[in-house]
Amino acid sequence: MAVDIPDRLPPATSVGVLGWVRRNLLCPWYNALLSAATAFLIAKAAAPFWNWAVTNATITLDPAVAKRHTGAAWGFIREMWPVFMTGIYPAEERWRPLLALCAVLAVAGLTCVRRLRGAGWLRALWLTTPVLVFACIRGGGITGLPEVGTHYWGGLMLTLLLSVVAMVAAFPVSVLLALGRTSDMPVARPFCVAYIELVRGVPLITILFMASVVLPLFLPSDLDLDKVLRAMAGITMFFSAYLAENIRGGLQGLSRGQYEAADALGMGYWTKMRVVILPQALRIVIPPMVNNFIGILKDTSLVGIVGLVDLLQVAFATTSNPKWFGRLAEAYTFIAFWYWVLCYGLSGCSRYLERRIPSAGK
Amino acid sequence: MRSVFITLAAAGILALSSLAQAGTLQDVRKNGFLKCGTHIENPGFSALDANGQRIGFDVDFCRAVAAAINVPEVKYTPLTSKERLPALQSGEIDLLSRTTTYTMSRDANMGLDFTNITLYDGQGLMVRKSSGITSARQLDGATVCLQTGSTTELNVADYFRRNGMNYTPVVFDKQPDVRAAYDAGRCDVHTTDVSGLAAQRSLMKNPEEHVILPELISKEPLGPVVRHGDNQWGDIVRWTVWLTMAAEEYGVTAENADKLFAESPDPEIQRMLGKTGTLWQDLGLDAGAPVRVLKLVGNYGQIFGRNLGPGTPVNLPRGYNEQWTKGGLIYAPPFR
Repeated sequence: MAVDIPDRLPPATSVGVLGWVRRNLLCPWYNALLSAATAFLIAKAAAPFWNWAVTNATITLDPAVAKRHTGAAWGFIREMWPVFMTGIYPAEERWRPLLALCAVLAVAGLTCVRRLRGAGWLRALWLTTPVLVFACIRGGGITGLPEVGTHYWGGLMLTLLLSVVAMVAAFPVSVLLALGRTSDMPVARPFCVAYIELVRGVPLITILFMASVVLPLFLPSDLDLDKVLRAMAGITMFFSAYLAENIRGGLQGLSRGQYEAADALGMGYWTKMRVVILPQALRIVIPPMVNNFIGILKDTSLVGIVGLVDLLQVAFATTSNPKWFGRLAEAYTFIAFWYWVLCYGLSGCSRYLERRIPSAGK
Repeated sequence: MRSVFITLAAAGILALSSLAQAGTLQDVRKNGFLKCGTHIENPGFSALDANGQRIGFDVDFCRAVAAAINVPEVKYTPLTSKERLPALQSGEIDLLSRTTTYTMSRDANMGLDFTNITLYDGQGLMVRKSSGITSARQLDGATVCLQTGSTTELNVADYFRRNGMNYTPVVFDKQPDVRAAYDAGRCDVHTTDVSGLAAQRSLMKNPEEHVILPELISKEPLGPVVRHGDNQWGDIVRWTVWLTMAAEEYGVTAENADKLFAESPDPEIQRMLGKTGTLWQDLGLDAGAPVRVLKLVGNYGQIFGRNLGPGTPVNLPRGYNEQWTKGGLIYAPPFR
């Protein structure tokens, strides 16, 4: 008679966390040595930071108390974080950018519900969101809110607005540029080539400086072009050239057969591009495009040079405040965290898209 | 008939041209705000507080001028040192209040007018107490940490050559790097404007181990700047600043301005505060301007103390910036 052996769990050392550690870090013996050495080095490097950021840190709002400790004075961030978020935006109106952010997140959340995807009203919602966000943050006019001109936009809000606008606006421009460059039209092609090569040959900082300092010298003095708008235009111009080259890569990555098949079906140029070529080409270039988007996000910090108070400039301006003078390390850590969250979020989106669209990774 | 027509035409052209280049004062009044160029950040001169408002010594003079014109708002344009002069020339700002040194070349070539000198600054030298050095003349052979790309570098070169001494420069791009290098002992001397030196010292590991030498090796007279050619505007800025200086001399403060306006028997104070005479109206402002200014920013001593004085990180002694009656250079012409 067969003995009824009761089910037993596998040994604790071969599954779960312990199992993973054993398999990956400790076997064979030289891996265990390497793991120990690495852990030692990491601990050695992280310990001072830990001491500074946690053990010796204070969170008091009183700078005099914070000064008596050797660690970070997180009270500085605690008091100043709204300034980091919105810069010189009037304090009593700060709920408006917050509301706009919540609205965008809500719409994005709705989009994530699979059942709702593709619904007409959701698309309409996406199209109206930018207008609503702009109206909410700027106010004035028919909104009945006090007007807060772009002059007062700053901090993380400005960084986000600049980069999102640049991403959204540069995309269609760059598709057209890429199509123009790969076409054989006698005027459009040289124009696109010239534009791309010219803009790529100039540093972003030069374009921003031109847009903000040199341009007003040529324009009549009563024409007051918005500084934020000029920066947005400059960044869009710059990145559309880079994106165009990425997209051109995608266009050239498709096999000739795709073009010929579309031609054979009697499709016109725009139908061919819209239905056959671009959907495939754009899928291929998702990773380099997101790469560029991350670049845009970080390069917006250059707008400090033209006097816009973005996230990085807020760090400088708040640490010059006599009350929290010289707390640069805390400020840098705080904004590094935000840049990391945003960039990691973007690359997370990229990975998600690649997983969802099968041909994207190929 | 013909001459009447010509007169009318000439008057029309004049009216048109004066419309086309309306004075800065009219522009500011029409806009309802003053466009003021200032530092993005400079301890004591311009910074952000927890409400996102600009504070600082330079900022206070922008606020004073706005109060004099009675516009409710100042729009600050943070400017880099390269950007500041073009921004003023192109009309992007109405007033530049950003630690700009009064120099002949700027006055002569740049289409600018310097108004007052609000701060007599100068480049100073800081050394370790333990070095035993008490005068800049003992610095032969020293290693000097400094920021590149400004007059700082040239002033040091001039000073050492003038005195027949040698030195080794160690240059950095940013002020925090200069400080860190000096604090780590990479050089014997840390140099920048005196108004910045004490602030830098307060960030050292042991601030009391360092001493600022008595000599200034350059003259850095700082003050607000306006565009060349709009004299009325220049006068408004000039007299607003002088008002704060004279107010200190006569003991008028933010707190007692109203009271002295009502009660002071001193004819000079009465004229200065607009109680008698039409000095401020003649300038294109109203009689309420001086009291508005003083109640908002206080007198020069209060502005200085709040932003640069003891208890602030800048911790600058009054020195040359003391009233002339106390041996300084702060001197306002009579309000008469």
